[in-house]
Amino acid sequence: MAYFLQQFINVLQTGSTYSLIALGYTMVYGVLSMINFAHGDIFMVGAFLFFLFVSTLKLPFVPSMLAATVLTALLGVATERFAYRPLRGAPKMSAVITALGVGVLLEHLTLAINPYPRHIPAMFEGSGTWSAGGVVISQLKAAIIVFSLLMMALLDFTINKTKLGMAIRAISWDMSVVPLMGVSVNGVIAATFAIGAGLGGIAGVLYSLAYPVINPYMGVMVGWKAFISAVIGGIGNVRGAIVGGYVLGLVETLTIVFLPATYRDVTAFSLLLILLVYRPYGLMGKPKTFKV
Amino acid sequence: MSVYESICRFKALRTCRITFLPVAVFLSFLIFAGCSRTNSDTSSTAGNADTIRIGVIAELTGDIPSVGSSSRAAAEMAVNQVNNAGGLTVGGRKLKVELFVEDDAAKADQAAATMQNLINQKNVIAVVGPNSSTGAIPAAEIAESSKMLMITPWSTNPKTTLDSRTNQHKRYVFRACYLDTFQGRILASFARNDLKAQKAAVLFDVAAEALKGQAEVFKDSFELKNGRMAGYEIYTTGDRDFSTQLTKIKSKAPDIIFLPAYYGDVPLAVQQAHKLGLNVPFLGSDAWASSDLLALCGKDCEGFYFTAHYSPDSAAAKSKEFVDKFKALNNGKVPDDVAALTYDAFGLLLDAIGRAGKTDTESVRNALANTTGFAGVTGNMKFVEGSGDPIKGAVILRIKDGKFKWFANANP
Repeated sequence: MAYFLQQFINVLQTGSTYSLIALGYTMVYGVLSMINFAHGDIFMVGAFLFFLFVSTLKLPFVPSMLAATVLTALLGVATERFAYRPLRGAPKMSAVITALGVGVLLEHLTLAINPYPRHIPAMFEGSGTWSAGGVVISQLKAAIIVFSLLMMALLDFTINKTKLGMAIRAISWDMSVVPLMGVSVNGVIAATFAIGAGLGGIAGVLYSLAYPVINPYMGVMVGWKAFISAVIGGIGNVRGAIVGGYVLGLVETLTIVFLPATYRDVTAFSLLLILLVYRPYGLMGKPKTFKV
Repeated sequence: MSVYESICRFKALRTCRITFLPVAVFLSFLIFAGCSRTNSDTSSTAGNADTIRIGVIAELTGDIPSVGSSSRAAAEMAVNQVNNAGGLTVGGRKLKVELFVEDDAAKADQAAATMQNLINQKNVIAVVGPNSSTGAIPAAEIAESSKMLMITPWSTNPKTTLDSRTNQHKRYVFRACYLDTFQGRILASFARNDLKAQKAAVLFDVAAEALKGQAEVFKDSFELKNGRMAGYEIYTTGDRDFSTQLTKIKSKAPDIIFLPAYYGDVPLAVQQAHKLGLNVPFLGSDAWASSDLLALCGKDCEGFYFTAHYSPDSAAAKSKEFVDKFKALNNGKVPDDVAALTYDAFGLLLDAIGRAGKTDTESVRNALANTTGFAGVTGNMKFVEGSGDPIKGAVILRIKDGKFKWFANANP
């Protein structure tokens, strides 16, 4: 029993990372119907910016995390402004290819500036572990899980209860009508990218606290996993992305519990293929009907 | 793997090893090597020259540039020592050594091309390198088919000295280090006899050939010594989270965990184990031997043991002399495994040339194969005719006060 509870805590940690990043995919898909494949690399840049502030500039934790989040959000806005907006009228495939290019650019830019794996210094040296009945959870891990859940709740509130959220939902519903209501489409799309990338940056910071060795390719696989999470939940659906992240975390952990660990990625990507074939709108999405 | 491979190839063309191109290039080289050999035999052109021409293939660019630069520094040091003393005495004459250093970028195709170039253009009598098994295996195939003597300092993969077609030992390929399998055996008996472990667990990178071999041999040897395995878990290169595997291991309560992993993964696995309340000692292999490990792992790795090729703080006079000289020549940099092994590869080669009394490849090769007791920086070595793998010991190091400290010698 303790063993499975312990594994469940592992699920919560993996799932929190996937969910936070999946939100970025799903929000961009919601407003632009494009998959921003650069998002995993934006997550990586978040981790590296955090390293820059904490380790090179020796700032304390909270300002470093804030600065990394804000700069990652700005990076998200900049990629939209300079890479995706000029292609908004072009076929969707062009934007997706551009996104792949932006991702590779970010990886290699980071590699060019900083070719070696880096180590995030231990920030919470004094933090211990709680244990009860054979289940151990470190305070750091608990804090990461709780903080991720808070961020997701905050986003859910923003989307459903604020004016900005209403504008985002309106664009996702029908982009052509929104300007007629006096709402700036470009402004809302920029805000969506800022929120999505900012959450990716936060995920990068939290991830680098949990796994303190970072390298320029760390975003590739995590980015794919978050993309799968978004598809599981129904891409474009915010609550779906949150649930999808934890579902994928659970599936992966169960795979390693019962099969050799090499089957983990096989299972994850099989899940993606099966969903795309049989239920492309995900667990929580609605099938789209096209009117002629 | 294939999904992952095709995806990251699609996404970034990066860490996935693209095997087909080098294999194709390498096969075409084999064909060329086979043809050129029938046209003109290039292996003994330097028979009575005034200098001894030796090639070095090092990984100066690419993924592991620190390996190549260490190797080159040690090669230059070994050669300068001989030349400053007036040269090497060969059959009554003092001959200077001429060095030809080439870069293979730690790539299979480039290693093959470089070996070809050294043989045909530079007319060397022997080649030291490449160091990584990725480059050493194809280079060794070309050396063997061109009858060129090759000594790799650092390639621990068994395939380097084995002929891929006959599975027999190659005649012209030697190495200065021990094999992966030897480390697994040494560590299993160390865990069982010295640390008195009853139950051991293994967590290893299944995508790295060398590490997989070490894990398999450790398991077999540990069970042979009446130890029990409490977990045999795998991960793949690039994984960051080992919590699930470590939770499985924890539920089986091992006395010790063997972690054949590269130094970047070690701190992640160890720190995650500690966060799960899994506080048993870890054992490692030569993949741990990088000073980066100390910086990355910090206090979490304190007290752990691993096998290495040599120890810079060893009391042996020969090692100490080498370390002091290397530091003086390289701004105080402590020589790593590759540097020590390259220096020993040159030691073995120059010793063989001296005993042969001639500088043609065939005579030098025969003298090298009959090395009976060479005292190197990395220990005493000998060769048995018919195998290019030396018989030599390993050292076990312990991480203590944030440093690698010599702990024990382990002999075969």
